[in-house]
Amino acid sequence: MAFVNPKKKEVQVKIVYYGPGRGGKTTNLEYIYKKFRQRIKTEMVTIKTHGDRTLFFDFLPFDIGKVNGYDIKIQLYTVPGQVKYNATRRLVLRGVDGIVFVADAMEVRREKNILSLKNLQENLANYKKSIFKTPVVLQYNKMDLAEQGIPLLALETLNQDLNDKLKTPSYGASALVGSNVVTTLKKIISMTISSIIRELK
Amino acid sequence: MSYTLGQNQLDNIEEVMQQELVDIGVRCVFLIDMAGNIIANRDDGKIKHDVYSLAALAAGNFGAVSAMAKIIGEGEFSLLFHKGKRENIHFNKIISDFLLITIFSNDLSLGFLRLKVNEAVEKIKQELEEMHAP
Repeated sequence: MAFVNPKKKEVQVKIVYYGPGRGGKTTNLEYIYKKFRQRIKTEMVTIKTHGDRTLFFDFLPFDIGKVNGYDIKIQLYTVPGQVKYNATRRLVLRGVDGIVFVADAMEVRREKNILSLKNLQENLANYKKSIFKTPVVLQYNKMDLAEQGIPLLALETLNQDLNDKLKTPSYGASALVGSNVVTTLKKIISMTISSIIRELK
Repeated sequence: MSYTLGQNQLDNIEEVMQQELVDIGVRCVFLIDMAGNIIANRDDGKIKHDVYSLAALAAGNFGAVSAMAKIIGEGEFSLLFHKGKRENIHFNKIISDFLLITIFSNDLSLGFLRLKVNEAVEKIKQELEEMHAP
């Protein structure tokens, strides 16, 4: 639910990083924060538990400059991935404009990705939103683990599991080393802004 | 669903914030929606809080407390108050989708603040009810 402020000539856009626990959502935001440190005026907000897991959400505001004379303020959020935190996930999704689904490419996490995507669909439905009408980018994270001999799912398998019906842009990535993190971000921003412009017309 | 408010409505809301709250000594006041967007904000010019982070956390906090209310059989808690040593935060829900957040020091009594917040809420409500969602 982007808010357009004609007085300040500003649009606030909410983008949520969603996906299974330990998939790399927070790592995505941490990389973005590090990479664009000079453009981000405030601290990244994180609410973590003892074991360094996301309890509520991470939050990173990010200015991308002007589109059609309006300042675009992107607000990046992550959700807690652990299954038990569904109530908090649902809260964070309120008013979402665009979603990055961070899937874990490790073979052992195949089922978890599928369940998490289903959970996203259900939680969106709770706000009367369809996953098919919301801008979504898929990110297949942890591609760097292949070098360490950890069995990963093939991109085709991931696409078949998660993108068969969605048919949305997807990227193999590594949030830890930063490959395709910015590509994912740029894609979701451009898809979300186009969708907002279409809505406002 | 994206939405906007007219320049006039935003001017009026900011004027209410200024007259009812900032002028009586409130440090900072902001109106947010439940998604964490800032609709309008005003402060006394002396402090510069990171309002975007505050808004995101306030919306999350309010959401969490509302979920707690439901568990114990309350529809919602329409206002919240956090007390600090020097600074305090007061949250007041407006209609179903908005929150008025006020940050004030101990120089201002909570009773007086609540009275003024109520007056401001009534006036802001009128502006928001005219809101047009495109």
